[in-house]
Amino acid sequence: MVTIEINGKPVQARPGAMLIEAADEAGITIPRFCYHKKLSVAASCRMCLVEVEKVAKPLPACATPVTEGMKVWTRSPKAISAQRNVMEFLLINHPLDCPICDQGGECDLQEMAMGYGKDVSHFSEGKRVVVSPDIGPLVATDMTRCIHCTRCVRFSDEIAGVTELGAPGRGEHMHIGTYVEKSLSSEVIGNVIDLCPVGALTSKPYRYSARPWELTSHSSVSPHDCVGANLTVDVRGRQVMRVRPRENEEVNEVWLADRDRYSYLALSHAERITAPQVKRDGAWQTVDWNTALTAAAHGLRGVVEKHGAQQIGALAGYGATTEEFYLLQKFMRGLGSDNIDHRLHQIDFSTQGAMPAFPWLGQALADLDNLDAALLVGSNVRKEQPLVALRLRKAARGGARLMAVNPIDYELNFPLTARRIVAPTAMVSELIAIAQALLESGGEAPAGFAALAAGVAVLDEHRAIARHLKDAPQSTVLVGNGVAQHAQQGALQMLAALVARLSGSRFGFLSEGGNSAGAWLAGAVPHRRAGGAAGAAGLDARGMLTAKLNGYVVLHAEPELDCIDGAAARAALQQAECVVALTPYVTDTMRDYADVLLPLALFAETSGTLVNAEGRWQSFTGCTTAPGETRPGWKVLRVLGNLCNLDGFDYEASDEVRRELEAACSAVLPSSKLEWQAPVPAAAGSGLCRIADYPIYAVDGMVRRSAALQQTPDATSGVARLNAATAAQYGVAGAAKVQVVQGGGGCVLPLALDERVPDGCVYVPAGLAATAALGAVDAVVELKAAE
Amino acid sequence: MAQANIELLTPASRAEIDTWVAKYPPERKQSAVMAALRIAQDQNGGWLTTELMDAVAGYLEMAPIAVYEVATFYSMYQLEPVGRHKINVCTNISCLLRGSEDVVAHLQQRLGIKLGETTADGRYTLKEVECLGACVNAPVAQIARQYYEQLTPELIDRIIDGLE
Repeated sequence: MVTIEINGKPVQARPGAMLIEAADEAGITIPRFCYHKKLSVAASCRMCLVEVEKVAKPLPACATPVTEGMKVWTRSPKAISAQRNVMEFLLINHPLDCPICDQGGECDLQEMAMGYGKDVSHFSEGKRVVVSPDIGPLVATDMTRCIHCTRCVRFSDEIAGVTELGAPGRGEHMHIGTYVEKSLSSEVIGNVIDLCPVGALTSKPYRYSARPWELTSHSSVSPHDCVGANLTVDVRGRQVMRVRPRENEEVNEVWLADRDRYSYLALSHAERITAPQVKRDGAWQTVDWNTALTAAAHGLRGVVEKHGAQQIGALAGYGATTEEFYLLQKFMRGLGSDNIDHRLHQIDFSTQGAMPAFPWLGQALADLDNLDAALLVGSNVRKEQPLVALRLRKAARGGARLMAVNPIDYELNFPLTARRIVAPTAMVSELIAIAQALLESGGEAPAGFAALAAGVAVLDEHRAIARHLKDAPQSTVLVGNGVAQHAQQGALQMLAALVARLSGSRFGFLSEGGNSAGAWLAGAVPHRRAGGAAGAAGLDARGMLTAKLNGYVVLHAEPELDCIDGAAARAALQQAECVVALTPYVTDTMRDYADVLLPLALFAETSGTLVNAEGRWQSFTGCTTAPGETRPGWKVLRVLGNLCNLDGFDYEASDEVRRELEAACSAVLPSSKLEWQAPVPAAAGSGLCRIADYPIYAVDGMVRRSAALQQTPDATSGVARLNAATAAQYGVAGAAKVQVVQGGGGCVLPLALDERVPDGCVYVPAGLAATAALGAVDAVVELKAAE
Repeated sequence: MAQANIELLTPASRAEIDTWVAKYPPERKQSAVMAALRIAQDQNGGWLTTELMDAVAGYLEMAPIAVYEVATFYSMYQLEPVGRHKINVCTNISCLLRGSEDVVAHLQQRLGIKLGETTADGRYTLKEVECLGACVNAPVAQIARQYYEQLTPELIDRIIDGLE
């Protein structure tokens, strides 16, 4: 460590650290605009000028490395004079329109001008005006206010990996912009709002709606992906006005994905249901809670008495809280049924018995920064877990070799050293080939592997991937959502884990939704009780749909969209005698199949716990009360339990539920160990193969209803994509629209030619109203040109 | 992201850009961006379209915005159509002290256009530029690849009369 002296106070600093870092550590404030701890040093704003002993001119603290014995003054007459004069220059072209600026009250420029500025400017000439570009539905621009700190430019280039913002022009004419007006294609662009030290970049949906001093801030956790980003939720009255990141270096650093930031807009969506409803003689009636809960309990018990407990099943959405998962499974098992599942996107459950009780990433999120090599299997990580992608990008910038085996050549925000882009049906043999390449240099093949490897050609690319993984001191194999939704999920997971074992890499799950780990722990899977205890296996998510049960409980899900086979889900629910939906939203489809609707609080309105990919239990309290008669899920389930005369439903707070589950999980550690089960080779499919995934803004009911997110370029209403050669082969080249038929259902979609899709495949996303009619289990689709 | 159409650069232009790319290490081929923009501009009658800049970005494997930044920074790149003769007059400090204002005023009057404009017949574009590095003989103007120094209104008249 180096010892320096700041304002007469000795300060310890890391060798090579910049003065501003040392000062920040020591709690000494130096004003700054362009410097940000997560970005490269620009040293362009000059606001951080300080006096250094034996140096004639003031030096920028952000670009001056510490040296032993350095003496620094941040508030000496020379430093203050330099700071004041810089501030005067910065304000020359600033409009000083604070009364109509959204940043007012939380503006760095306002605060610095107050603390370090002069009262009067020498400048009496005209100020420049800059035209504000439209950069999309999330970020509002007022570029006249910009002070050219270039934080947003450096963020998009260095962190987000989309070099679209820049500073065209020179001198007086320089401005921040895109040159060609367009929406920025990043899924993390909202962060420039936090970075912008002035009111040039502000939140568009929040615009002109509140002042910071009217807001009460609450802590929460994002339920949209397995990162569990920490949030600050700003509330006025009982309305959530905006969401900002809460710094947590180990989880989300200082960033948020746009999905975490803007999903709150869906809290006040018109489809919110605010009072319980019961269907009587085909007509919906709004009733009080007592009536609705009695009807629900009566309906479910009726099914159990008439058809047996095996005739009821529960489908839970990925983003429910751990407490809700736990109480739902306790309720179902109390009624005598093990039919409960949260894996609504999953098709293949063949290896579920080999899964660990507490599946995880195989490492801490922060460990991803220091990887030397990683193999992604079936993962569009940039759109599935945007903040994980930022960490992988950081690793790549540090020299990590990142590789992928994917069904589409996804546009990732980091370079890939090696990639194998193959049809979904060929992914299994890709992993076999990589494992075989690893075995060429020693290691023991597990039972049954040799039979699989026969006839699989090992190419140089496979050997390169194997070598990079094996040679790297820190390496990992991660399976993404593309594996979870794959018809051979079990085989892919087994083989990916094998590749990891043979190459000495960590194996991890980039799980779906915000709380998969919580669901596993809570027992929201048919074959495991709370804490991972083995039990009689009930029906899995798909089994419950194909078995066409007589009663269903739906929690935080719209099965017609959230189940990968939406058509089957709708058919199963429609034929059931009794469907109880615990749901924050209601649609006409849901009114059609449900019998009792119980309005549920959403993430900012309830207390609970989410368990993220690295196994971190993150509890939060409600930030606001839920609208109307809406109630938190754990309370609804508690009363349902009581009404069905089940034991152990006398909780007074959600903490009690958490404590009960924690006790059951005390011996369960996060694990990514899979017991080897030799995969059964699938028959090679013929015909056109569908690649289905959940687009970033279609993963759950909230993001699907966030108006701002739905206007971004990443939002899609459904397009069929295939490459030109495949289009020609299937006779649809040149067609504007195509008819897609799969599993008895069909839809008409616009056609786009896309060379990222491999031969013999068509990409048709799931989770959308436009594609909900397709059956998804058999991947073969038919395609023909539509008028 | 739409793929840049590098075919917009003629084979001759691409060959010339390649000679510049060869001067730099392979991973630094974007160092050739200034030369590439000049070559693209010459190929297109003296100005750059956005599509051409995208083509340069695609050819040099750079982000388009980085190319736009360069093209908007330097005064020798034109982002709108120009006349056959582009008259670049320096108005920086040395030329200003030596009478560039008179030269500009005379040119504006004779051509009937202001700085930054093009005559209706498309013959002349008048442009104000920063220091051309010939202060020793200020005031200075550049037309095509030729420098004209120690300018006076009479001299600039003769020069313009001598242009095709």
